[in-house]
Amino acid sequence: MRVDPRLSQRIAKTLLWAMTILTVAVLVFIIFFVLRKGLPALDLDFLTRNPVDMGKGGGIFSTIIGTIVLTALAILIATPLGVGTAIYLTEYTWENTVTRVIRFGAECLAGIPSIIFGLFGFILFVTKLGFGWSILSGALTLAFMILPTIIRTSEEAIKSVPAAYRQVSFSLGGTKWQTVTRVVLPSAVPGIVTGIILSVGRSIGETAAVIFTAGSALRIPTSLFSSSRTMSVHFYILAREGISMSRAYGTAAVLVIAILLVNIATYYLMNRFIRRYS
Amino acid sequence: MRHPIFVLFLLLCMAGLPSCRGGRSQDDVIVAGSTSIQPFADKWAEVFMEKRPGLGVTVQGGGSSAGIQACKSGACQVGMSSRELKADEKDFREIVIARDGLAIIVHPSSPVRGATIAQVKQIFSGDLTNWKFLGGPDKEITVVTREEGSGTRGAFQDLVMGKTRIFRGAITEDSNGTVREIVAHDPHSIGFISLGLVNEQVRALALDGVAGNEANIRNGAYKLVRPFLFLTRGEPSAAAKAFIDFVLSDEGQALVKKDGLIPVK
Amino acid sequence: MNRLERKDRLVRLALLMIAFSAVSILAVITVFMFEQGTPIMFKYGLKSFLAGTDWYPSEKSFGLWPMIVGSIYVTTGAMVIGVPFGLACAIVLTEFSSKRVRGVIKPVIELLAGIPSVVYGFMGVVILVPFIRQTLGGPGLSVLAASIILGIMILPTIISISVDSIQAIPPAYREGSLALGATKWQTVRMVLLPAARSGIIASIILGMGRAIGETMAVIMIAGNAISVPRSLLAPVRTLTSNIALEMGYAAGEHRQALFATGVILFIIIMVLNTVANMTSSRRRRTKG
Repeated sequence: MRVDPRLSQRIAKTLLWAMTILTVAVLVFIIFFVLRKGLPALDLDFLTRNPVDMGKGGGIFSTIIGTIVLTALAILIATPLGVGTAIYLTEYTWENTVTRVIRFGAECLAGIPSIIFGLFGFILFVTKLGFGWSILSGALTLAFMILPTIIRTSEEAIKSVPAAYRQVSFSLGGTKWQTVTRVVLPSAVPGIVTGIILSVGRSIGETAAVIFTAGSALRIPTSLFSSSRTMSVHFYILAREGISMSRAYGTAAVLVIAILLVNIATYYLMNRFIRRYS
Repeated sequence: MRHPIFVLFLLLCMAGLPSCRGGRSQDDVIVAGSTSIQPFADKWAEVFMEKRPGLGVTVQGGGSSAGIQACKSGACQVGMSSRELKADEKDFREIVIARDGLAIIVHPSSPVRGATIAQVKQIFSGDLTNWKFLGGPDKEITVVTREEGSGTRGAFQDLVMGKTRIFRGAITEDSNGTVREIVAHDPHSIGFISLGLVNEQVRALALDGVAGNEANIRNGAYKLVRPFLFLTRGEPSAAAKAFIDFVLSDEGQALVKKDGLIPVK
Repeated sequence: MNRLERKDRLVRLALLMIAFSAVSILAVITVFMFEQGTPIMFKYGLKSFLAGTDWYPSEKSFGLWPMIVGSIYVTTGAMVIGVPFGLACAIVLTEFSSKRVRGVIKPVIELLAGIPSVVYGFMGVVILVPFIRQTLGGPGLSVLAASIILGIMILPTIISISVDSIQAIPPAYREGSLALGATKWQTVRMVLLPAARSGIIASIILGMGRAIGETMAVIMIAGNAISVPRSLLAPVRTLTSNIALEMGYAAGEHRQALFATGVILFIIIMVLNTVANMTSSRRRRTKG
């Protein structure tokens, strides 16, 4: 029995659209639920006061500081290492087994569950090296976690710079280093920055690795060796132990808005990149 | 592009400057371990830091065994344990700072108000699986336990289970608060938490006819009692000693009592 | 050698050292994990470690089987939910919707890829778990809850990579098929999906990798019981949850057992990555 192709298309379209609408609805519902329950808790007080009474009262200021410091430090450690490695791999060596192994290794490590980095960071930084639960332990662990991603995206960005750019630079008498810094890198910057922003997003949301390395202290960190709590960790603790649902939602709302801003920044940069080079 | 990097670099130096004095500040005390003691320790730390503004006390959780490990490795100065130390953990100074009851909790809507300790043991070993044997509805019991490293679980194991294992189908959570949350929302669940953390969201069962409160713990009628211990390796640092002395002082113990724990004296 | 050339050499050396340190850091992590984890696997015998059903570290019993099964069940469940819905979305986004609609939906989906997993877990706890407990029974903290939440979490991965794969197909394929009189749906079914197959498979494998590695959301909604789940409604513990729950206090052999769990996860991810690489490179080769 042959089904009229137009009929089967209509059935397929309806089914597919139904599934899509359901999917999008569920995803949008999550954002709206968090914002609806969380935005009422957001006021200047919430954002500028420290948590009181294990988080039952007060705000989330120390966790905001903790998140910013931890993420910034991780990026500061991982970016030079990652971009430098990417430059070396693409510009200063040729494609051979060693580079392919390194690339494969970086890809594998990009997929390792973050809890394993947390375990490693806990054993190495917190315990063996004696840093204790600290911003230093947390930032180093996060930096290792995002390093493979930064290497990969930087490599892609540098590779996609047209060969013609480099050739023109050489033909004008530029050295390798001049070519890299004045021609290749500037063109690759949007792609590199995209990778960095993706890593920022991942660091902000990271909980498992952070709890075991940076700890969960509620006070504003005073030094690299202080323990500190990030917003994700704070949210996790508030939500699981039922300490304060309104503040939990508020923290989640701040997280969602932060991710939203990070995404908007990515889009803006990508659009500038496309507009500049097409 | 140079300016933002320069500013960030400066910020980093400022962040690292205190640590350039050589590692952790000498005035910082890190207290880590039992999630039963943690909420109380946090409160005591708040009051303590108001009285002694120069000293900083940081409280972490992780569970009693984690606190013991951290104390051993030096990651914290004071470990918190809500159970007695085992034979192979004995190289610490133990200071009892309070006593706490172990509460067996159920959902407030449950018609079951009490049980014998033997029945509790059977429930947690998986032998007793339905509420109807306790006078409740004909529903399967959802058992909630803590992770193995928990001091609360260790105390529960010693005081209730003896040599019998907690059955493996039990839901496992990693803090008192989480267990309380689950029992508070599941009408057919049962769990154990620190007596001092019982609130209006859950109900503590009477055991062998004895209700869990301070009076019954003091006179020995309520059997499930465990010590809250602060542990240090050898002599505590000056700051740690100050904190411990504060908790043991009259003012500290009054706070202890106010929070629902049993003071040492 | 003039000054510029000397500077070039120095720079090259500096970059070599940077690359070397970065690579050695990553290598150290891998080596450390294997060095800590493998001895214990062989001490207790690989078979009893992987197939043992008893996980009681305090009594030196290290059987991972319940957690392995747990990870398998939960990941499979996540794929069952994530793949059909993800593919449906991808097809609709590329073939059956206007540019405007795509411009709205795609950013929303990418935004959701960045939401922290603890938020997803929390949604599961406050909405899904009570729902399952009240309508289907059991404690609510279950394989089903974990599968649904994980399935939702991997949707953005599957959708965006599949969309990219389908969009990368040359227009000639579509135009040729339509010119021959096929409907859009026939084109999708018989021309586009087969052509994008390797990219779609790669997206599924990446989604699977994310599901296997997810820790926080699973700890919050799966119940973490150390028994092999008897049904969809039974509580379950995955390999990653096991590490997270016990890591804080594990010492000696127990800690090594957790590293061994990490080794197993690493091997699984490596296998998945290799397969994903092979399928997508096959695509690049056959495209010509």
